[in-house]
Amino acid sequence: MFEYAPAPESRAIVDIKPSYGLFVNGEFVDPKEGGAFKSVNPATEETLAEIAEASQADVDAAVAAARTAYQKVWGPMPGSERAKYLYRIARIIAERSRELAVLESIDNGKPIKETRDVDLPLVSAHFFYHAGWADKLDHAGFGPQPRPVGVAGQVIPWNFPLLMLAWKVAPALACGNTVVLKPAETTPLTALAFAEICREADLPPGVVNIVTGAGDTGAAVVSHPGVDKVAFTGSTAVGRLIAKSVAGTGKRLTLELGGKAANIVFADAAIDQAVEGVVNGIFFNQGHVCCAGSRLLVQESVAEEVLDRLKRRMSTLRLGDPLDKNTDIGAINSAEQLTRIRELTEVGSAEGAEPWSPQCPLPDTGYWFAPTIFTGVQQAHRIAREEIFGPVLSVLTFRTPEEAIEKANNTPYGLSAGVWTEKGSRMLWAADRLKAGVVWANTFNKFDATSPFGGLKESGYGREGGRQGLEAYLDV
Amino acid sequence: MSDRLTVRKTYKLYLGGKFPRSESGRTYPVKSAEGSGLANAALASRKDVRDAVAAARKAQPGWAAATAYLRGQILYRVAEMLEGRRAQFVAEVRDARGGTVKAATAEVDAAVDRLVWYAGWPDKLSQVLGGANPVAGPYFNHTAPEPVGVVTQVAPQGEPLLGLVSVLAPVIAAGNATVVLAAQEQPLPAISFAEVLATSDLPGGVVNVLSGRVAELAPWLSSHSDVNAVDLTGVDDAELAAECERAAAENLKRVWRPVRPDWTAAPGLDRLRACVELKTVWHPAGL
Repeated sequence: MFEYAPAPESRAIVDIKPSYGLFVNGEFVDPKEGGAFKSVNPATEETLAEIAEASQADVDAAVAAARTAYQKVWGPMPGSERAKYLYRIARIIAERSRELAVLESIDNGKPIKETRDVDLPLVSAHFFYHAGWADKLDHAGFGPQPRPVGVAGQVIPWNFPLLMLAWKVAPALACGNTVVLKPAETTPLTALAFAEICREADLPPGVVNIVTGAGDTGAAVVSHPGVDKVAFTGSTAVGRLIAKSVAGTGKRLTLELGGKAANIVFADAAIDQAVEGVVNGIFFNQGHVCCAGSRLLVQESVAEEVLDRLKRRMSTLRLGDPLDKNTDIGAINSAEQLTRIRELTEVGSAEGAEPWSPQCPLPDTGYWFAPTIFTGVQQAHRIAREEIFGPVLSVLTFRTPEEAIEKANNTPYGLSAGVWTEKGSRMLWAADRLKAGVVWANTFNKFDATSPFGGLKESGYGREGGRQGLEAYLDV
Repeated sequence: MSDRLTVRKTYKLYLGGKFPRSESGRTYPVKSAEGSGLANAALASRKDVRDAVAAARKAQPGWAAATAYLRGQILYRVAEMLEGRRAQFVAEVRDARGGTVKAATAEVDAAVDRLVWYAGWPDKLSQVLGGANPVAGPYFNHTAPEPVGVVTQVAPQGEPLLGLVSVLAPVIAAGNATVVLAAQEQPLPAISFAEVLATSDLPGGVVNVLSGRVAELAPWLSSHSDVNAVDLTGVDDAELAAECERAAAENLKRVWRPVRPDWTAAPGLDRLRACVELKTVWHPAGL
């Protein structure tokens, strides 16, 4: 093990205001009923800012602004002009990417290495890619001159705050819709910075509206009668509630929900590469990833070797200050999430699985959880069935390829899967049989604006990204 | 009127990312629509064509290997640079083709918008032109477009900027490199546009701009054996165009025949389709 000197990224680049209003009709406004909540740095527990809590009346105003902008400005605007606004936004995000990366790390707890090298480049790319679609919708395969849906109500999670915003806002705007977006309660700051960017880009008022708040605000957005289309990324439990509340209203709905992805390592895999991919698959973003490879399925003949190398690799992971450029694992996003991870891992031990973590001192303040693997996991164990959404990997073994597929598919989820083998035909055979919306072969957790993402079964419906992702925001 | 004497620009070729004079040492006078002298433009030779094709061939693999996203960003950058020099181009276009400031402005604005339109294509082309094929067997089978390679082009006569941009942008958006002969009597906006390209992170050699005579150069652009496709849009002489097509047939170049399209209309996919090849990959799926 090497000693690493601290290499903190400066936070002087961000300017966090003491309090933030709602972004409605192009202006930052105070909430009508004056509620507020705090956004906290999960690595230090310091309060970062007071955030306005939007009530029903605020959501009403936001939806009305979005409706007016849709009817008067954004809907009628030629696609070529919408494209230019989106290109502007893509460029401004790229220009301000370091600032946004630092802000995201502070508010979310994820390592600066990830916000800087993964989240922000993807965010800018997502706007750039969709800018290009705004004036090419008649080439997208949905017939000539496809129409937008109208006002989109969008609710996003805390694990990739700005990236999830991009996945929602960019296609909606490209297709000619306007949006009312609710960022997650624990990570509103980059969405509010995005509101400033909309102003900087001279985006017409009302095209993007951002209402902050918790579950009640989100419920007000998705159940609002003035909303034509609902898009949600988050837990399957909440997704189910939303599907029920939307039922019978005629609203369009896309859901990107939980997962319990299997990462299948065949005996002929390049083991070091596979181990690297398994580590990335579960410890990237502290495992706060809906498509995380949270179940390792390893072929019995190489299980011991894979585990040895996995443990050795885990021992080199560095947990700590999210702003340190050497940090691999940052803070758990909230006290609530930490509690959930602790509960499920305690259940894992109680049910007979065996936990292992490397030597990993945790900071005294903030929310932290050491990278953990469980061996001896049975398919019936809760840690093999439920989404933990933390840096916790359940290890299972298999003997035949058919058994691997059976175990991988033995879940109500179907978001993603990983396959590690040096044989192309076996990879394609497995990909064919895996019930997952995304299959990564000899790689994991790869995302691109051009590549559709989304799940099967109870991981939700609809795709985000790529040509196919446009469908969710077109009246087709 | 200021008593300061203006510094005039020497218009040269754009070749391999540099601005050389014609190796032949020749120039020809370029006149405005009203008939006054504007400048001397380089009168490119057969040797300049060969040098330009060599530069394009050298640059093309790197350009094609750049991610589609990067190629899109660079095309957008070209649009940004052109927009930034809008006033200059309005003046040059008006000098070249006459007419009103309004008409010249419309041509420049359309040229910027066309570049923005094509900037969105590199990372979408394969999603529109390619796809998975459901072959009757356990195979992964996938078809995707790839650039045809080096393209030579005769830019249209009469729309010195919009015409040039409209023929050049799809070719480079698809990952090709090009040698383009500017409008014969109005080459100056094209040479100035090369300055835009040179400051847009576009690798040198991806676009090479020549000025000269269509009748002299089109046959060489069409017959050069290291060229994969030829675009005869600006060859107005039907007999010459037919001769060029015959020359192109020798190594089975793809040929874009002369047309006089409405450059102000929204372009379709024709030009993009014309400068890509389709490649199909088979792979067995099975244990």
